Amino acid sequence: MHISLNGESYQLAEGSSIEQLLTQLEFTGKRVAVEVNQEIVPRSQHSQTLLNEGDQVEVVQAIGGG
Amino acid sequence: MLNDLMTIAGKSYRSRLLVGTGKYKDLEETRLAIEASGAEIVTVAVRRTNIGQNPGEPNLLDVITPDRYTILPNTAGCYTAEDAVRTCRLARELLDGHKLVKLEVLGDQKTLYPDMEETLKAMKTLVADGFDVMVYCNDDPIAAQKLEDMGACAIMPLGSLIGSGLGILNPHNIRIIMESAKIPVLVDAGVGTASDAAIAMEMGCEAVLMNTAIAAARDPILMASAMKKAIEAGREAYLAGRMPRKKYASASSPLDGLID
Repeated sequence: MHISLNGESYQLAEGSSIEQLLTQLEFTGKRVAVEVNQEIVPRSQHSQTLLNEGDQVEVVQAIGGG
Repeated sequence: MLNDLMTIAGKSYRSRLLVGTGKYKDLEETRLAIEASGAEIVTVAVRRTNIGQNPGEPNLLDVITPDRYTILPNTAGCYTAEDAVRTCRLARELLDGHKLVKLEVLGDQKTLYPDMEETLKAMKTLVADGFDVMVYCNDDPIAAQKLEDMGACAIMPLGSLIGSGLGILNPHNIRIIMESAKIPVLVDAGVGTASDAAIAMEMGCEAVLMNTAIAAARDPILMASAMKKAIEAGREAYLAGRMPRKKYASASSPLDGLID
């Protein structure tokens, strides 16, 4: 299936969870926050939250800024 | 000076210098400059992660760690209240429920001047949502009062435009804001060099927030150290109380016992 990941189209196995997506992206253990269709999904729910075709996923992190 | 602490949102700090983490050459320079500044509150931005690029790359928060510093996520780059609120919520998730944020809603890219209408709108939502909001604003005493009334935990008027290094262009307005504010007033943006920071502190500002003045100096680590001293010197001068200005000279040496 295809999702939109940080504004780009991204292919992912059917029925993948957020945790699986983050593993695939090699973000395991990294400090990131995830939003699906503009709703934040808390870290504690990453493993049981499944993604669907067309979901708009944002993965953000802290970077340098004033 | 031992007991001269600053309190923001219920937490006390020894340092009155808040620093940003943008515009540094690399994470090592960021780390060293922040260490030299003595800052305890450090701002960060929230952005999309790079997908598929350098997954092993160190993260800013691995270097500027939340157990050592109070991380102050900002809403830089947001031009609407909606985007600013969304960014704060992402920051809260990113930092495990952390409530302290720096709200800034900008008007345009040329001036990065605060859009007060959107700032006030975002403020309302964020306070209702339980955030502790330090708010970047213009030096308008009426807007500052509104932000305080809405529940801001600190008001942060600009000294001059973000990244301009022009210093404090309207100290009179900032004084008026401080006169009526019952919450900390910090100068955020505009500091160019150490004397600008000292001037803000001599005026009685609670603290100063800066980024470019350190990061864009020829030697950022040395400038960070200069800023630390300027903030401390300015604070001590404020507490000490300056002498009155006089129109004419007043001899420092006694007039008695002069040789004829």
